[in-house]
Amino acid sequence: MVEVQFRFRDDEVVADPAVTVDAFGEQTNAAAVRIEPGDDARALLPHLERLKLVEVNFPAFTDGRGYSSARILREAGYAGELRAVGDIGVDQLSHLKRCGFDAIAPEVELDPAEAETAFAVWPQVYQATGDNRKPIWALRHGK
Amino acid sequence: MKIVTGNDLKTGAVTWWTGEGWSLHVNDAVDVADHAADIIAREEAARRVVSAYAIDATREAEGVRPAHIKDRIRALGPTVRLDLSLKPADPQAGNWVI
Amino acid sequence: MYAYDQYDQQMVDARVAEFRDQTRRRLEGTLSEDKFRPLRLQNGLYLQLHAYMLRVAVPYGTLSAAQMRMLGDIADKYDRGYGHFTTRQNIQYNWIKLEDAPDILADLASVEMHAIQTSGNCIRNISADQYAGATPDELIDPRPYAELLRQWSSFHPEFLALPRKFKICVIASDTDRAAMRLHDIGIQIVKNEAGEIGCAFYVGGGMGRTPMIAPLIRDFVPLDQLITYSEACLRVYNRYGRRDNKYKARIKILVHELGKDEYARQVEEEFAHLQTQGIEPPIAELERIKAHFTDPAFNTAASDEIDLSNADFARWVRANTAPHKAAGYAIVNISLKPLPREGVAGIPGDATADQIRTMADLALAYSFDELRVTHTQNIVLPHVKKADLFALWQALVAADLATANLDAITDIIACPGLDYCSLANARSIPVAQKISERFADAGKSDAIGELKLKISGCINACGHHHAGHIGILGVDRKGTENYQLLLGGCEGADTSLGQITGPGFNEDGIVDAVEKATDVYLANKQGEERFLDTYRRIGMAPFKEAIYG
Repeated sequence: MVEVQFRFRDDEVVADPAVTVDAFGEQTNAAAVRIEPGDDARALLPHLERLKLVEVNFPAFTDGRGYSSARILREAGYAGELRAVGDIGVDQLSHLKRCGFDAIAPEVELDPAEAETAFAVWPQVYQATGDNRKPIWALRHGK
Repeated sequence: MKIVTGNDLKTGAVTWWTGEGWSLHVNDAVDVADHAADIIAREEAARRVVSAYAIDATREAEGVRPAHIKDRIRALGPTVRLDLSLKPADPQAGNWVI
Repeated sequence: MYAYDQYDQQMVDARVAEFRDQTRRRLEGTLSEDKFRPLRLQNGLYLQLHAYMLRVAVPYGTLSAAQMRMLGDIADKYDRGYGHFTTRQNIQYNWIKLEDAPDILADLASVEMHAIQTSGNCIRNISADQYAGATPDELIDPRPYAELLRQWSSFHPEFLALPRKFKICVIASDTDRAAMRLHDIGIQIVKNEAGEIGCAFYVGGGMGRTPMIAPLIRDFVPLDQLITYSEACLRVYNRYGRRDNKYKARIKILVHELGKDEYARQVEEEFAHLQTQGIEPPIAELERIKAHFTDPAFNTAASDEIDLSNADFARWVRANTAPHKAAGYAIVNISLKPLPREGVAGIPGDATADQIRTMADLALAYSFDELRVTHTQNIVLPHVKKADLFALWQALVAADLATANLDAITDIIACPGLDYCSLANARSIPVAQKISERFADAGKSDAIGELKLKISGCINACGHHHAGHIGILGVDRKGTENYQLLLGGCEGADTSLGQITGPGFNEDGIVDAVEKATDVYLANKQGEERFLDTYRRIGMAPFKEAIYG
């Protein structure tokens, strides 16, 4: 398993091997699943309660489908570990976090100092994306 | 012959591989035979060039002539602003690209 | 116009710092070109034919005198003394150095400007009607909605790696001056039967390889659901837009392949879900933005009279001014398509740094400190007192900015083409110059009247040739430049796509073909018909006959 270099949860790293979405449907005791860009994240919605880990694969950082998958899961109430894996550079880190990922396992280890800078790029945010950051429009109107 | 061209990473200027380094002038370009890939890989890794590629060219009386009009325009500059090209004093310079 | 508050300024400053850091890493070698390229594109920085090119955003085409002045200063300080205004209301600089780019972005940020998302597979600059806030025929000023969408789309973390670029346009009148139906999302602000204001959404338009006119996807989205509905449209695209083929990756292909009803259904489903997520800004935010777009203090006693005794001035007034909603005022168009003079030809859409600064000064003096960039590569001074028109015109004449050819055959839209662009197959500017020369005679072009001629140097159609009454497409024919002629395109409310006439021509041949087409029009014109009207009435055959014999 590629190391989870960044994690924003208090509990233990989920070490269960992640199965494919198809396999997950068949294995009623699997608790970890991996979503590929072409998978429909909503296929997992009936099973959220038994899921401890959802991995979302980014085979190429230019394929942004994983961002939508992450938000869909969080919007549905998924509270387990949501882990981004694959072709991830420091410049994707803040976007991943904003979309609800709380664990990031880049296939190539990232420079910790650069990563720290990258996570802190945005002093404010324009959109509500479910990451608990108050969007600017909320700050402007006392919400 | 095959020559290699690209852009300077920092300035973006069009450059041509001379055998030893990069020149702004197409006439300094050398025949790289089948070494283009190695040259490009090394020079891009060293950050001396960006977006380098190999092209066909011929050596004519007046110098090196890239086979494709796009690279001839790269070699000269915009034909509609010769004052900004490498041949600002030559009003006929644009004829060379056709 | 909109002014940043502390939050907007913080965001644009953070972006400058982010890009400065990314550039440092690229130059030091810790960031590869493959990883850096999408990042620099999303800051408007292309590697082009001769150098880096920077595309600066002009949100919905609106800018202040101070901002325009900065654009002129940037041309002098970092470029070669000129800029190019584009068909998406932006400005481009052609001779930028990567090492200067972060400083340029910092200079822009100091006047509330940026190059955010002007390239890359993300939501691009949102365009709008260039006469917004000034024209009598709009329902309401569309720009506050464009500003709301601009903020929503800026750094939206879910939509920064879309299948392809995404272009949005907002208008608020039935007279579409912004080619709304040819955008990925085109929005028209409308009033429903209950008298409520909302948004009609057209999704899936575009030009390029496969031009399509956007179908209506939803006829009314209430104003307080604008962001939620937009987000639903984008999420469906991000999830299902094609990523297997760059030439089939725009949303127009998705809408076409699903069918508009199925696309609309998927958006409706996502929309219903997103409405439970609280992502819509409160209506107070729209009201806050709107407060920046109130009318300037028009002089209610301004005279409606214009002394037209100077023939050249009268000609310019007739050609380049448009009616204003306030009595005593006019909308002024500054053409950036000069006619050739003493053998020197102009370049469509280009302006020198001095001209840019002059236009800034004129905006301050005569137009309540405001200018617009049009998608036809001209500039607008939106609020000019009729009593000031003569003095303004004289200043424009002195700056070589008084060409009286708006929407005439010499008001040519041309992409930079193979002289500047690495994607091009043929040069477009020399063709524009030759056509301009052929029709420079005032009598000739006046006889032809309105004729929107558009030239693209390649199939990517940045010159919008599909939407030209006459369109020209540059192609590569066995290594030489060749040009195809199209007739009958239109980008207004009656949007249509141009039809190709037949085999292509060389550079001289295309100019002759254009002239033959105008001759056919003049020979067949009935009443007040424009070229487009005559073409639509008589069809392609007479033109084909005249051009190919």
